[in-house]
Amino acid sequence: MAQSSLDKLRILADAAKYDASCASSGAEKRIAKPGGIGSTTGSGICHSYTPDGRCVSLLKILLTNYCLFDCAYCINRRSSNVRRARFSVDEVVDLTLGFYKRNYIEGLFLSSGIIRSPDYTMEQMMLVARKLRRDHGFAGYIHLKAIPEASPWLLEQAGLFADRMSVNIELASDVSLKRLAPEKDSRSISSAMGQMSERIAEAREERRSFAPAGQSTQMIVGADETTDEAVLRTSATLYSEYRLKRVYYSAFSPIPEASPNLPVKAPPLRRENRLYQADWLLRFYGFTVEEIAAGGEGGMLDLRIDPKLAYALKHRERFPVDVNSADRELLLRVPGLGSRAVDKIIASRRQTRLRWEDVARLSGGLRRARVFLVTADHHPARLIDRADLRDRLTPPARQLNLFE
Amino acid sequence: MKRRVELQEGADLDGFRRAARALFAGQVPPEDIVWTTGGIPALFGEGQVPEAPRLALPRAVADLVGLVVCHRDPERYALLYALIWRVLHGERDLLTLASDPLVHRLAMMAKTIRRDVHKMHAFVRFRAVPADGGEHFVAWFEPDHFVLALAAPFFVDRFRGMRWSILTPVGSLHWDTVALAIGPAADRRDAAGGDIIEESWRGYYESAFNPARVNPALMRAEMPKRYWRNLPEANLIPGLVRSAASRVGEMTERAAVPSAKRNPEKAVAAMSDQDPKTLEALNSLIAASEPMVKGGTRAVLGEGPIGADIAFVGEQPGDQEDIEGRPFVGPAGVMLDRAMREVGIARSRVYVTNAVKHFKYEQRGKRRLHQSPTAGEVKHYRWWLMRELAFVEPKLVVALGATAVLALTGKALPVTRMRGPHELGGHKGFITVHPSYLLRIPDPSAKEAAYAQFLDDLSAVRALSAEVER
Repeated sequence: MAQSSLDKLRILADAAKYDASCASSGAEKRIAKPGGIGSTTGSGICHSYTPDGRCVSLLKILLTNYCLFDCAYCINRRSSNVRRARFSVDEVVDLTLGFYKRNYIEGLFLSSGIIRSPDYTMEQMMLVARKLRRDHGFAGYIHLKAIPEASPWLLEQAGLFADRMSVNIELASDVSLKRLAPEKDSRSISSAMGQMSERIAEAREERRSFAPAGQSTQMIVGADETTDEAVLRTSATLYSEYRLKRVYYSAFSPIPEASPNLPVKAPPLRRENRLYQADWLLRFYGFTVEEIAAGGEGGMLDLRIDPKLAYALKHRERFPVDVNSADRELLLRVPGLGSRAVDKIIASRRQTRLRWEDVARLSGGLRRARVFLVTADHHPARLIDRADLRDRLTPPARQLNLFE
Repeated sequence: MKRRVELQEGADLDGFRRAARALFAGQVPPEDIVWTTGGIPALFGEGQVPEAPRLALPRAVADLVGLVVCHRDPERYALLYALIWRVLHGERDLLTLASDPLVHRLAMMAKTIRRDVHKMHAFVRFRAVPADGGEHFVAWFEPDHFVLALAAPFFVDRFRGMRWSILTPVGSLHWDTVALAIGPAADRRDAAGGDIIEESWRGYYESAFNPARVNPALMRAEMPKRYWRNLPEANLIPGLVRSAASRVGEMTERAAVPSAKRNPEKAVAAMSDQDPKTLEALNSLIAASEPMVKGGTRAVLGEGPIGADIAFVGEQPGDQEDIEGRPFVGPAGVMLDRAMREVGIARSRVYVTNAVKHFKYEQRGKRRLHQSPTAGEVKHYRWWLMRELAFVEPKLVVALGATAVLALTGKALPVTRMRGPHELGGHKGFITVHPSYLLRIPDPSAKEAAYAQFLDDLSAVRALSAEVER
């Protein structure tokens, strides 16, 4: 690769790293045809990890970091002084194939700053995907970031080649969006999302392929005063109304040359972590936003304990739960029991009465469940009334190891 | 007396299967067997023991055996035989009892194997070596367990069009784009040296790291150090971790610098100004787009002068239209032309187009059979049709048949009952049948009557279009 291309790659990868989503999961299973390359396994593979602990599964770059927009939270906004670069369609195609053939990546995640017009930009991205699929028989994963203002026909075309399409909502409320991204229009974002979810549903009915891995989005957290509850409420709406596959939460990260409209300090990464935990409870454990929010204070999640433990501590009257007789729904609310452990418990208790050490073999995180769970040989009856319970279950503040 | 069973080094699934069948046939209990590996099969060597009957194991148990034999644990065969013994002695559903110590231990071993396979899928790194007629991709990898055969299908499925080899200390895989060969163990020195693309990859890896989120413990949990020596990006890690704090410091310091201002109004104006400006520009978009119906080979665009008094909208191009690339040139087009001539409408002065721009068909032998577009497909093309008509600005839009009505109004309406003048998608319009409907009527007198009615419709269309003021 020529030095200038490597330079561009560095600029355009750097520009893409603030978007948290990277998953390559959820695609339909596909294998390469004779002469072609690429497959999708359904669950996605992380081929590497960066020292921030995030997985590298896709070549995640921008087509260009020039942009007409001026969104305060974005390093690529028009008024920022970052170095700019632009890839051609062929450069992205070659780079994707070069990396893929060496088993560095699962595929491509292409996003872009908006140049010339939203349609022009969207078309360039679509052409990358089309070229990979049609000219190179590429069957790997392709995620395209949709430009909300682009014409419907272009989003439609892009969906023919992409596994996943996403539109970034960026901020949980219209008010925040108006303040930090005055040129973005929340209506065009939600109409693009609505359109996409309609296309995906239609294609499923007609047994055609259109973004088979579904639609996702990203929300920046901590760039303004929006509470966790408001963030989760937006997510719940996105899941139910637009049938989104995933909402990614990205703790606002300090960027070079940040806009004066932004906080100087990043929110604790723990907050992002708690939101992901809460999101999980929302999608897989049947919790409502109200239940989750009630575990914290003033609409913010408790940073010291996870949202499920916070819920249990506020609803002590529902515990302890008997592992040998409780409903699945109730077992799912026990801190430390995941949904797979609950499935195993239910399958096992048909054949035997479970003792504490049996349950310990089924679940990794049982320490926290101690006071909430009754087994054949374990009855924590009185502990539940203890006033200092919360402190006893809160992990001690950890001193960061300087030599890590 | 204890029985000694010796199996081959590695994942000796065949040896274990033979042994387990023979032992179970003799009702030898698990506690009477000593399993060892690493030699020439002693007791159950080729031909020494007659093939014992197959064991009727539940599918899940057989699957588990296939995974656990790949484990390095010397106890694996003893544990598996103990499981089989219990399953065949009345505990058929034993595997669902996840809390059982034996089941749990085997499940953990299977999990380890799955993880090892997964890590091999993830961390194999190919290097391109020049070879006759192209490139050969070679990788060196050190799995923890005997998972080579389990991991192989993934690489075949994924890198089908490439020639590649994966070399490991316990065997090797070779793929020549057609067949897979399993070869002997290899040495690290057999693997290729550098690859020019690695520099780009390392550049990408460095740039993808956000120093504000440094968390090396999390990274090591997912990418243990033992894999690092075969990953070209791994030797960047210590430097990235060391410099993270100072890089964040620099970033936040630079935050104080006010950034250059550019005029937002121009940018916003540029963004809203993106629709095609001419019919030609729109048509080139349509021509460049993928068909949204199955089978379409090329887009058939509308034809006729801008500002035509009448625009006819049909369903979709047919076989003839697809070949010639022009609308209404097949049998239905000929019929429409004739009818227009008879009522005095000149084809050269009207605009003709279709709701769907591609020929949807099904190949039956040499014939391409017309297939009606679904409501969804019609909707996909609607955006184009409405813009097309906006450029043409006809006085009157004529919907030929139900598909055209659906495309123009977004609603499915019955053509026969709605026949006549109607508003169609913001245009003054008229609904009539599609000429291909006339072609399909078998009874000659009914056909003639229908044609006469079609002529009446076209006369009405001509009269209506003359009435409309621009």
